[in-house]
Amino acid sequence: MMTEKIALKGLTKRFGPLLAVDDISMSIASGEVLGFLGPNGAGKSTTMRMLAGFIEPTSGTAEICGFDVTRHPVEVKRRIGYLPEGAPAYGDMTAESYLGFIAEVRGFDGLEKRRRIDDVVDKVNLGEVLRQPIETLSKGFKRRVGLAQAMIHDPEILIMDEPTDGLDPNQKHQVRDLIREMSADKAIIISTHILEEVEAVCSRAVIIANGRLLVDGTPEDLLARSPDHNAVVLTVDAAQEDAVRKALKGLEAVKGIKKTKAENDTVQLRIRPRKSSLIAVKVADVIRARKIPVRGMFVDRGGLDEVFRKITVDDKPGGEGDA
Amino acid sequence: MRNIRIIAKREIVGYFITPLAYIFIVIFLALIGAFPFYIGRFFTNGQASLESFFAYHPWLYLILVPAVAMRLWAEERKTGSIEILMTLPVSTTEAVLGKFLAAWGFIGIALSLTFPMWITVNVLGDPDNGVILAGYLGSFLMAGAFLAIGSCISALTKNQVIAFIVAVTVCFLFTMSGLELVLNFFQAWAPELLVRTVASMSFLTHFTAIMKGVIELRDLVFFASLIAFWLFVNIVVIDLKKGS
Repeated sequence: MMTEKIALKGLTKRFGPLLAVDDISMSIASGEVLGFLGPNGAGKSTTMRMLAGFIEPTSGTAEICGFDVTRHPVEVKRRIGYLPEGAPAYGDMTAESYLGFIAEVRGFDGLEKRRRIDDVVDKVNLGEVLRQPIETLSKGFKRRVGLAQAMIHDPEILIMDEPTDGLDPNQKHQVRDLIREMSADKAIIISTHILEEVEAVCSRAVIIANGRLLVDGTPEDLLARSPDHNAVVLTVDAAQEDAVRKALKGLEAVKGIKKTKAENDTVQLRIRPRKSSLIAVKVADVIRARKIPVRGMFVDRGGLDEVFRKITVDDKPGGEGDA
Repeated sequence: MRNIRIIAKREIVGYFITPLAYIFIVIFLALIGAFPFYIGRFFTNGQASLESFFAYHPWLYLILVPAVAMRLWAEERKTGSIEILMTLPVSTTEAVLGKFLAAWGFIGIALSLTFPMWITVNVLGDPDNGVILAGYLGSFLMAGAFLAIGSCISALTKNQVIAFIVAVTVCFLFTMSGLELVLNFFQAWAPELLVRTVASMSFLTHFTAIMKGVIELRDLVFFASLIAFWLFVNIVVIDLKKGS
């Protein structure tokens, strides 16, 4: 069931002369995992902080489960689990007493508190460091304490600022699995620099730069913007390069051919389609008809990196600060 | 209420898991015990009272209370944990009160550990225990006022050293405002009303009154309203500055 959990309505934040978040409107439903992308200083953290009720918008507002963030901050905070950037915590407390404190503030006592702590500790694998002061923990464990803290009340909404930052590949994988697992009945927002993460966990991707919302779509939509989306990458003997080029000349759907690699008498040719159309079958037919021996062939999905760069760099307006 | 209690509990536990609490208490007791004997002639003035003991409290608090207060908010801002605290379902008022009450309670614990002084005068003579109780009450209230000032100033900065120095200065002005040194400066030019207002702000004047066993409502109200005022400013400051 798709129910709207988060609604941003012309959300705007100004810090002095700097327009950090510029009139962002969108809504996020339960079951969605929204990936927040953007260069450093784009306004991702500021937007998340406003949603979590840490700072107030200059104008516009946001509603969390129907509650306005400026008028009912406590109701909003009750429903959100929030992992701030850098996962701050009370460093001199042990992980256990810290989670105990969070659980108490979230309204759990006695057995229920114990059960909640055990539950999240188990989910993020904190067991071995439970009795150590948080400030002595490694970056990965600190991040996991932050995650545990955000999940302890099983909130309807999770807002996590770079949840996998500082984790090793195994831990990243684990956290992504966790996010996917939880996503069924929650609305989740994560910000990240890692574009593969967007593909791995997000059902929706939003790119912002200079405080403005530039793109809002599925990760597939984003990928489709790549010039390499659905490109066919062909590896043939160097001697066959001309034959391939000649064979493909007649194909209307082919936009261009580029040599991307040449080594040991073989060349790799990237055949880009017009308008991301599927050309693999056509290319294969033509090549087979000419009996050109092929060493390798695959369809490229294109890279989010490239799309991200294209969107955020092309969009630099003149004169705006990009702190 | 529940949230205030939980926050206060976390703070108090926080004092005792670091050496801070123990160092503070030891130094507090050492100084508060030494002053009356070495400077205040506790034994030789031949009186069974704790007046010479209480007389040094304002001066001791002037340094020690800002030392407790300086970390209250500056440290939260420095480590970023304020972002956790202020995104939990608690109001700013609850957070400010919880932290203040924890620190005040902690100072109260330190103050109550001076009970051997009270036992001593009771063994040596026959003091007026009502006056002594009034002294403790006044001392505790005054500590609260110093603490509220320090807490508010701590909320203004990320830097604990700055918080300490500014708080000591402000507390010093409040302590001294009844003395000739400060009043002479105002008397030269200011209208009588202003001079009287400045003089009435003096911690020393109000504390001395209570310490002598004269518990007047206006002295209690003075400290209580001072605490309320500074905590109110504290709340406003947190709301305005937490994100920056």
